[in-house]
Amino acid sequence: MSTFSNAGGSAEVPMHEPLTGTLIFERGAAESRCVEAPPLDVPAVSLDAVLGGRARSVPPALPHVTEVDIARHYEHLASANFGVDSGFYPLGSCTMKYNPKIDEQACRLPGFARIHPYQPEETVQGALELMWGLQEALAEVAGLPVVTLQPAAGAHGELTALLTIRAYHTANGDPRAKVLVPDSAHGTNPATVAMCGYQVVQIPSDERGGVDLEALRAALDTDVAALMLTNPNTVGLFDENILAITEAVHAVGALAYCDGANLNAIMGKSRPGDMGFDAMHINLHKTFATPHGGGGPGAGPVAVTEPLASYLPGPLVARDGEMFTLSTPEHSIGRVRSFLGNFGVLVRAYTYIRAVGGEGLREISEQAVLSANYLKALLEDAWPVAYDRTCMHEFVMSGGPLRKATGVRTLDVAKRLLDYGIHPPTVYFPLIVEEALMVEPTETEGKATLDRFAAVLRLIAEEAQADPDLLHGAPYTTPVRRLDEAAAVKNADLAWRPEDVEA
Amino acid sequence: MYPKELKYDREHEWVRMDGDVATIGISDFAQDQLGEVVYVDLPSVGDVVSTGESFGEVESVKSVSELFSPVSGEIVEVNSELDDAPELVNNDSYGDGWMIKVKVDNLSEVDALMDADSYEAYLAEEA
Amino acid sequence: MRFIPVTCEEQAEMLARVGARSVDELFSDIPEDARLARPLTLPEPMSEIALAAHLESLAGRDLDGSRVVSFLGAGIYDHYVPAIVDAVVSKPAFFTAYTPYQPEVSQGTLQAVYEFQSMICQLTGMEVSNASMYDGAAAFTEAALMAARVTKRDKVVVSGAVHPEWRETLATYVESGTLEVVEVPAAGGVTDVSAVGEALDERTAAVLVSSPTFYGTLEDLASLGALAHDAGALFVVATDPLLLGVLEPPAAYGADIVVGEGQALGNAVSFGGPGLGLFACRKAHIRQMPGRVAGKTTDVDGRTGFVLTFSTREQHIRREKATSNICSNHALNALAAGVYLAAVGAEGLAGIGEACVAKAHYLEAALVGTGHFERVFDAPFAREFALRYGGDVAAMQRHMLERGFLAGVDLGRFAADDAGFVLFAVTERHTREVLDRFVEEVSAL
Repeated sequence: MSTFSNAGGSAEVPMHEPLTGTLIFERGAAESRCVEAPPLDVPAVSLDAVLGGRARSVPPALPHVTEVDIARHYEHLASANFGVDSGFYPLGSCTMKYNPKIDEQACRLPGFARIHPYQPEETVQGALELMWGLQEALAEVAGLPVVTLQPAAGAHGELTALLTIRAYHTANGDPRAKVLVPDSAHGTNPATVAMCGYQVVQIPSDERGGVDLEALRAALDTDVAALMLTNPNTVGLFDENILAITEAVHAVGALAYCDGANLNAIMGKSRPGDMGFDAMHINLHKTFATPHGGGGPGAGPVAVTEPLASYLPGPLVARDGEMFTLSTPEHSIGRVRSFLGNFGVLVRAYTYIRAVGGEGLREISEQAVLSANYLKALLEDAWPVAYDRTCMHEFVMSGGPLRKATGVRTLDVAKRLLDYGIHPPTVYFPLIVEEALMVEPTETEGKATLDRFAAVLRLIAEEAQADPDLLHGAPYTTPVRRLDEAAAVKNADLAWRPEDVEA
Repeated sequence: MYPKELKYDREHEWVRMDGDVATIGISDFAQDQLGEVVYVDLPSVGDVVSTGESFGEVESVKSVSELFSPVSGEIVEVNSELDDAPELVNNDSYGDGWMIKVKVDNLSEVDALMDADSYEAYLAEEA
Repeated sequence: MRFIPVTCEEQAEMLARVGARSVDELFSDIPEDARLARPLTLPEPMSEIALAAHLESLAGRDLDGSRVVSFLGAGIYDHYVPAIVDAVVSKPAFFTAYTPYQPEVSQGTLQAVYEFQSMICQLTGMEVSNASMYDGAAAFTEAALMAARVTKRDKVVVSGAVHPEWRETLATYVESGTLEVVEVPAAGGVTDVSAVGEALDERTAAVLVSSPTFYGTLEDLASLGALAHDAGALFVVATDPLLLGVLEPPAAYGADIVVGEGQALGNAVSFGGPGLGLFACRKAHIRQMPGRVAGKTTDVDGRTGFVLTFSTREQHIRREKATSNICSNHALNALAAGVYLAAVGAEGLAGIGEACVAKAHYLEAALVGTGHFERVFDAPFAREFALRYGGDVAAMQRHMLERGFLAGVDLGRFAADDAGFVLFAVTERHTREVLDRFVEEVSAL
């Protein structure tokens, strides 16, 4: 803000106070207040008497602050954060696209924000119609006819789908024990398999980055319940053998599950249902532009084929003439959460789909794929791509050669990008690529942003050659620099306590 | 780097024999691969371990590695120092960074392990 | 609307650089039979103005809390949300950020999470809190699974007075046989303590109860906790954080894991989601705790900073051996809860809790006084209570809706045994005038 020189201040009076590090507990004063309870307009009660001797004896040590303290505190914290609105965020597999502002307005409308899940259905027809419309739209995009909006996140969707598949096999008198997962899969896949009581069988990738078809066929038998596959996959490639893969899976009576993390590449171009998948989850916080929120909430609706539909968790929204109603499928696995789903997130996704329409979704995927291929073309002579093929909406580069040549690791490159005001790509994933950098530009970035990113990465490669220590020490310009993560575990400090202050 | 008096297995554990008791830790190569060790999960005295089976885990900030026993037998001592100072695994992997002591059932198992030269050759081959 | 900034001319340049003649060429890896040969059958795109009108018209068809007096609760509550809360969670730097995996540019999220964890520890009395989970049901379910890992046992005893949707969620998660769930029916609106004693054995990993219960009643946590510990099981308590300004914290009764639905702390009702799963436990058990957690540390220059820590428990590192498959937390809801708790402070929270309790007791006595409702449970309650209605509940609720009231939750929809019971939730937003008007309408039934 200031146009004056930065070189003033003293040890006692620094020109800038650190933005972070001072806790909200350390702000304000004992008498500071912000929101107070209204005066009691009914007769007071003796708390200990009415609560049966359970009244709190020692108050919790919460902050004592004024509203202005809070406003400043969180403004400072926000300024130490990087979001999509701050700059380029090419975080592979996470689809960090722009989050339209009208979505935020929509979910705050009182008719959506202040309705209760146990209201009579006739008093929430607008909300139910919205949910029904979203179910229909997601079914069309997925090519799978029935959708549940219940799952709260992608991993929750995986769990929901796998439990649905388990129930289907069990109902057919054919319980099975194993689930196949490629070695390139997200960690949530094997973790979900284990949570569902199945055994994980890992399938290797072939030299073109797809599923090793021979290894898959060898692993398939009548004890396999499902294959969990991300397609386009985690190295950013569409598996050319997808039809052969799903056919082989079905041939042994197993089902094919699509991890929909990469749906942003194929909307309106190809549908998982048409590829032979029986179920998939959809990350609304990736493909459908709902914000990531610093870690959540997201939403992970699941779409399935008709034979699986009667096992889905309830309730689903059905249309009955002009009325929208809630119902639970006949053989439902039961609830996977409380209430009706992450409705606030569903409102945002619905708003987005209605904003862009069907043609808009196709255009989004086309641009996402074009932008990724463009970026790959700009970079591939300086940064080797793991699989040199036309990619989908993302691609994976290897920092292995750079590390061998200079000792500079992918982690160092990531940290150096921060100095250039760019959020790093996903690093060290997928596990099958050495020193991986996974780049997903998304369709909401202009050409100039992509050009600059490529120029910066080329420059960093040069810096690595010239002065590896510069990169080992990065970042230099961020609110804090590299943090001691080992100390964070060994001297675990996971909560502020008033005792710490007194001590 | 790889003391001559020790025996090694392919999972990068080392063994030091004293009578029929084997002291077990991880090699310098293993600790270097892990990076800064922040936690070691060890079994209890009295537990029985078998060759090739997991007896615990060693963690750095971003990785977990299982520890595999090179021998079978009963655990007679565990290095409780590692609870508070897991970095001993990095700083003194063949000394204070030891992990468990096992009363070995079958001493011929120890003979079958690699000596330092074979282990170094094995590492070269793996690289 | 359109959110693509690339121009047609730039698209052509990009295609030329890629060496493709058309965008379709980039999709040639997709087998012919897997391609969609027609446009998606979806509604046409809308302008922002038309879209805003469409959304307002949809939302306008819902009877929202600003247009009705609602006594609905049962796990999700329409408390007042201070203006400062939305001002903070609306900051793009918070809501458009990803999970803070690059801590150097995520200190805002990380410090806010650390502060949230600290506040949850203060409220519950526990040593460690995670960075939040999906909702109360998820936290409750994860607590049962964690107890099994900690104790290396394979059975849990669950109170029938816990929210039915939470119990159902747990049952769904363990359907594959990973954990046996024994449900002890409620008696008199609270857990049947002697039945819990009978259900405990050397396989029991945990006793899971909720206080307040689904019926709004308060449990005898001291007795239940002692029973659990005598059997070598963990004691898991689901709490209502909004009431922890006036209720003793679960830690005072020996809770080993505390879970809860945190929506009431600064989050909208929002048709029941997103919620905020609270999860707190003992430090000794942290390596079995599910979910993310932030910790304090220093950077290379000695500055205080925060990181996600104990990550080796999680799926992205431990894969099938992870403590849970959970990846997301509900960071934005946790942020709202942190701002809420900072705004109200201990005094405000106690005052709001006291208002809820006093108004709930005022309404309960008045409803019983009308002669149309009768008391069914003796146990004390806080801000929510169940009464038996003398007539047809559905008809009464329809009648009251016509008069502008959502007259509680019909408990018959959850369990046949509870037919005729109506659950009323009261918050600090209900004025005496509104309560009196409701009672007047009830009297006229």
